[in-house]
Parts: sequence; C-alpha cells; structure tokens
Amino acid sequence: MKKINKVKIKINGRKRSINSEISLKSLLSTNKISLKKVAVEVNEKIINKKMINKIKIKNGDKIEIVHFIGGG
Amino acid sequence: MHDYLNISNKKFKSRLIVGTGKYKSFKECSEAIKASGAQIVTVAVRRVNIFDKKKPLLMDYIDPKKITYLPNTAGCFTSSEALRTLRLAREIGGWKLVKLEVLGDKKTLFPDMIETLKSTEVLTKEGFKVMVYCSDDPLMAKRLENAGAVAIMPLAAPIGSGLGILNKVNIKIIRSRTKLPLIIDAGLGQASDASIAMELGCDGVLINTAIAMARNPIQMAEAMKFAVQAGRKSFLSGRIKKTIYGKASSPKKGLI
Repeated sequence: MKKINKVKIKINGRKRSINSEISLKSLLSTNKISLKKVAVEVNEKIINKKMINKIKIKNGDKIEIVHFIGGG
Repeated sequence: MHDYLNISNKKFKSRLIVGTGKYKSFKECSEAIKASGAQIVTVAVRRVNIFDKKKPLLMDYIDPKKITYLPNTAGCFTSSEALRTLRLAREIGGWKLVKLEVLGDKKTLFPDMIETLKSTEVLTKEGFKVMVYCSDDPLMAKRLENAGAVAIMPLAAPIGSGLGILNKVNIKIIRSRTKLPLIIDAGLGQASDASIAMELGCDGVLINTAIAMARNPIQMAEAMKFAVQAGRKSFLSGRIKKTIYGKASSPKKGLI
C-alpha cells in the first residue's frame, strides 16, 4: 500500500495536518467552503481562483481563507 | 428626472450608505437595510470560520447581486494591511469599488492621513475605484482627489461616537472645492444629523452605529432614509437668508 505523507500547515492561524497529495481546491471542498464566497492567500500571496486547482499544498504553508462579514 | 448619486459612473437612487456591523443578527441587519432603502452597504473582510460551518453568512442574507457590497478596510492601521485586505476583497468577487480606511489612533479612531494618501495612490494605480475615509481637512481632501479617489468621505466625528457634525465649516469648504462625491462617514447620531450633512451640500452619508445600536434599528434606518431625502431636497431648494430681525409673513394691507 502506498504510504501517504502528512504535511503540517496553518489554516487561518490554526495548525492542521493533511495529506500531502491534496490540492488547494480539494482542501477547500473537503472543508465545504464555497469558492464563490471567499478569497485565498497562500504564504501571503493571493491566489487567482482560476489557478486554484493547480496549487498543491506544501509542508509549512500558511493559508488564509477570508470572506465578507458585517462591518462599518 | 431622478436626482441620482453618481459614484465612478455608477448611479444610485439612494444617497444613504449603510454599514453592516454591530447588528444583533443578519436578519435584523437585512431588515434595517431594506427599511433604509440603501443600495450600497459596507462589509469587512475577515477569516472564514472553518471550524464552525453552521455559522450563517452575510451573503445568505444580503444578496450582492441586488445590493452593492462596498468592501471596507475597517480595523486596518497600516497601508500594507489595507492594501492586502482590498486585494483579497477584489479576489472574492471582482469588486473594484472599495472603501479605504486606514486608522491612526486606537482611542479616537481618527484616520492616519499619510498612510491613507499613500494607499489611495497605490490602489488607484492598481485599477481600484477608491472611496476614501478621511479627516475633515480641506487640503487633505484635495490631495486625495489629486491622487485619484472617486469619493471623499470625511468624518463628522469619531467613528461610533454619535456626536454629529463637529466642523460644519470644514465640510462646507471641502464641498466648495471638490466636484467628487462628498459623503459624510462616521460620527452621526440621529436622523437630524443626516439632514444637516445633506443640507451642507454633501452627496450622501454613511451610517452604521447610529442605526445598528439604536433601540429600534429598523425604525431608525427608515428615519435615516427620510432624513437624507429631506436634507437633500432642502439643499436643492435653497434656504432663505438668515436675518436677525423679524419679517412678517402676513401682508399689512387690509389690516383691521
């Protein structure tokens, strides 16, 4: 059986351990986050949503997922 | 002919912009927006709560296809924070019309105008249409206009203070020196404050706390709608000259 490596990342400031094979797109879909309502940053670089499928998560990545909330 | 508010070649019937913070619930917020008649609402950019997916979302209550979302950098204290926030906002939904707010002091929440001016220049170059929260300084307002701002948004008083317009003279001077939309942002406390802003010749007002924290936010939202309409009509109609002596309203002829 193929051994799946785990990588350690930070999502919205909290530590997570995930499969290394995963793309950013599948990370969002497994967390049930609708791409239409968010923007994503990886290591402080804003990701073009059209490219989200091509981005693989790497060890140590810092991911920020933001959306609109009530504000003045 | 309707008297539209024109911002960056986009026309709005309502001259009242409403903030979406501080409400008890999204339901109350959406009802207040409806009562206010606002077509533009400010929104903040924050982290998604990925650990509690049951939490309701703003977009479920306020449809961005019907109401223009104006992403705001509230809570940013440096130019780099504000730029990062608005670049993210653009990626969420392609918004180019944004509200820039760079604060300089935690106690007064006054804007840091040096950082604000710097950010306006950068954002304009990047293709953003920037509505800028600023101090009520006529010279700074002119600088923002020269830097490419699409609307000047001076404070009436500190954010959330409810003090009303503290320096009417400055607002009048700013008005006389700019053709850009002039929108009073922050510090209004009651409906009459909104009327005064409009009577000074402002193109609109932005209100959050005075509605959201009122005892009856939905009724206050409606009061603000009427106050803005009344103030605008009063301004367009032209006020009478002030005199220190009385002038009788009834003719003397035919007095018995």
